[in-house]
Amino acid sequence: MNWVNAVIHGILLGGVYALLATGLSLMFGVMRIINLAHGSLALLGAYLAFLLTEHAGVSTYFALIAVLPIALLFGYVLQVTMLERSLRAGELVPLLTTFGLLIVIANLLQYFFSPDVHSLPSGSIGSASWRVSSTITIPWFDVLILGVAIFVLVGLQLLLTRTQLGRELRATAADAETAELVGVNARGVYARATAIAVATAALAGVFYAMRSAFDPFAGPSQLIYAFEAVVIGGVGSLWGTLLGGIVLGVAQTVGAQIDVQYFALAGHLVFLAVLVVRAVAAGGLRRLSFSRTVTA
Amino acid sequence: MTLPTSAGVQRWSTVSAGFTAALAGLIVLLGFAPYLFGENALNNLIQLYFLVMLAIMWNALAGYGGLVSVGQQAFIGIGAYAVVYLSVQHSLNPYLAMLIATLFGGLVSIPLASIVLWLRGGAFAIGMWVVAEVFAILISLDASLGGGTGTSAVLAFNLRYTPEQRLRYTYWAAFVAAAALLVILFLLLRSRLGASLQAIRDDEEAAASLGVRVLLGKCVLFVLAGLGCTAAGTVILAWQLSIPPLGPDSIFGINWSAKMIFMVLVGGLGTFEGPILGAIVLYLLQTYVSSAGVWYGVMLGAIAILVALFLPRGLWGTVQERFNLRLLPVGYRVKGPS
Amino acid sequence: MTLLRVEAIDARHGLLQAVRDVSLDVEEGETLALVGANGAGKTTLLRTIAGSHRPAGGRIVFDGADVTRVRAHKRVRMGIALVPEGRRLFPRLTVEENLLVASAARRKGPWDVEAVLEVFPLLRPLRGARAASLSGGEQQATAIGRALMTNPRLLLLDEVSLGLAPVVVERVYASLAELAERGTTIVLVEQDIGRALAVSTRVVCMLEGRLVLEGPAREVTREQVTGAYFGLARTAGAAG
Repeated sequence: MNWVNAVIHGILLGGVYALLATGLSLMFGVMRIINLAHGSLALLGAYLAFLLTEHAGVSTYFALIAVLPIALLFGYVLQVTMLERSLRAGELVPLLTTFGLLIVIANLLQYFFSPDVHSLPSGSIGSASWRVSSTITIPWFDVLILGVAIFVLVGLQLLLTRTQLGRELRATAADAETAELVGVNARGVYARATAIAVATAALAGVFYAMRSAFDPFAGPSQLIYAFEAVVIGGVGSLWGTLLGGIVLGVAQTVGAQIDVQYFALAGHLVFLAVLVVRAVAAGGLRRLSFSRTVTA
Repeated sequence: MTLPTSAGVQRWSTVSAGFTAALAGLIVLLGFAPYLFGENALNNLIQLYFLVMLAIMWNALAGYGGLVSVGQQAFIGIGAYAVVYLSVQHSLNPYLAMLIATLFGGLVSIPLASIVLWLRGGAFAIGMWVVAEVFAILISLDASLGGGTGTSAVLAFNLRYTPEQRLRYTYWAAFVAAAALLVILFLLLRSRLGASLQAIRDDEEAAASLGVRVLLGKCVLFVLAGLGCTAAGTVILAWQLSIPPLGPDSIFGINWSAKMIFMVLVGGLGTFEGPILGAIVLYLLQTYVSSAGVWYGVMLGAIAILVALFLPRGLWGTVQERFNLRLLPVGYRVKGPS
Repeated sequence: MTLLRVEAIDARHGLLQAVRDVSLDVEEGETLALVGANGAGKTTLLRTIAGSHRPAGGRIVFDGADVTRVRAHKRVRMGIALVPEGRRLFPRLTVEENLLVASAARRKGPWDVEAVLEVFPLLRPLRGARAASLSGGEQQATAIGRALMTNPRLLLLDEVSLGLAPVVVERVYASLAELAERGTTIVLVEQDIGRALAVSTRVVCMLEGRLVLEGPAREVTREQVTGAYFGLARTAGAAG
């Protein structure tokens, strides 16, 4: 039983989740959209990088640099063409749109790439690790991912707090109608938010693909962990997403230490516990009664 | 100023009265289906019935209660596994097991409600998904239930019934379950609770300020949806006899939620007739297009996207709005002076 | 010159007709007071002019251009700014950030953060404070400042005195008077008839969605406005 190793790995795993969850958090925080296709978009990024590494012979990291601007553009177009309309049509309609997107992407990927499993080369750092002691080993690649996740989060945080776009984003997220009344183009803001979200998804996808194998249907599998990270950390908070990812990762690795089969279960139980405790604390005892009448 | 005498509130209109009568006739006809139709038709109808059950239950939660659940597959799985457990391990008659399993699912939903109904919006949606995963994992940890590699109730059925009998009885079980849920939902919506449920969906705060018992309404819907989805799970088990191993096509899989979202949103969220229409659409796609492999999925996704973009109220929702048509009298109509 | 022309506007709130066939002109530089009881349609009219409400019929012409189909944020860039009812600041943004968001309008003019703080010096120490923590008067000042940041040609104010202490209202109106002096065209919705008459050059009154009175503030008497406000001027025998 090595708890320290487990906790360290859990923290690193948290970084992986946080990277994937960032885009989800952004879209839900700003637009209240639950993007069911987020995992699929990450996967698209991985496949795109795959194409570049296989056919252009470049390193994965170089491919990543090429993938990002494409992902930004894709996200922008996605919002402007599909999600914007869905959002205006109703709160639940984006669920349908993103679900449709998920299925279309998965099936098209299968058609073009076959159901084979692939993996992206991660270079020498991919297999290197730091043997701290006889019981503690830290894989450098996961440290890299955590670093990237923190870098992205810091970047986004700076964007949100120091730039005009960031202010417009926060204002639109708080009150889109009033934001329009002071001159903010809400639709343009949304489009840029989605662009960023899809770009971070693609980034996460490429790193995931370097870390483990992927196939056309790998999209939704990690999605639940990403969602858990967002919700644990508190919707709308970027740092919360990192914290949520870490809480989840540690819960999972510690659970796995107790019994390998408890990996996911431990994470889920911690998720539910955090949620309920928070909801009860926020809602207070007011909701315990079956009848709700307004107090003066 | 006097009110014109021809104004008033009505529940039934000639159209809805006529349609309800026709529907009742259809239901009677379908009850006799095993005597009228062949094996193929019965199999197809069973599939349609469980899709309808899932659709109307998801709509009850999301369309009437404002509760978007991405985890109703929790109950589908409970239903299926409970039937296996009762009929295989405890040698209960499988159809009796289906009934008990359904009640069990409803029972489970009560304490579950006390946990999850604290959650709102996205937290509730994802929370339910996580609950489904927890159930799946807990069951997979039980070796007697197959340990996640799947299990089946083949023996429980085939030792007692011939394939023709199984088909017939399963058909009736599915038929009764689906019809019962439709009737319960219909009566619920026409009741006082039903009106308050629609108020809750439209504006929870306002409804609460009028004395509407918000939490009670949501509880009722949640338990009903639990019962209904469990029943659907038992039907699915009775029909396919085996439970696949954990994975994307799992009985606890997110695919079920995806299907429910599709059926309800394509059919028309918040309408009574919409989910049924959506179930029919999905059923037709499944039956006639699924052989196209990859293109089935693409078509499914494309329809979802197109409906979301151009008919956001769903097929039925759009028709209802356009023609002010209500086939089933679940609402009230205010009739002004002509 | 006529800065704003409202032509036969019909606006609905769900199924209710909130504004019926309202037409009015606003000259550049004048201060128009729009009075009327709750539910008379004043807020809906202002929102229609600003672009956050779509009229069922009629036209809005601003500075010669038909803006009826133009989205709200574009109207802001053309020079229309609305201080909405209830202020509606962005609660988790600071005062300064609330002001800076409005520079999205990208209009040239004398207004910037410093200028706003000069008109509302009470905000100076609160620059970094979250909008949600401000008092009513401070919020109102910020909301007006935020609208000013867009360098508007037409400033619409919806019930700026609502929920504020009389002293604070005095200060707000003093700054409005200053704005009017600088040449900003103002349309303000106000429940307090006396104040409305005092600060404006022209007054209109709405009742049940229609305009029932219109005239220069100096000529219209308080009694006339009150009568129009309550619908007392209508002939007897009409349907109640």
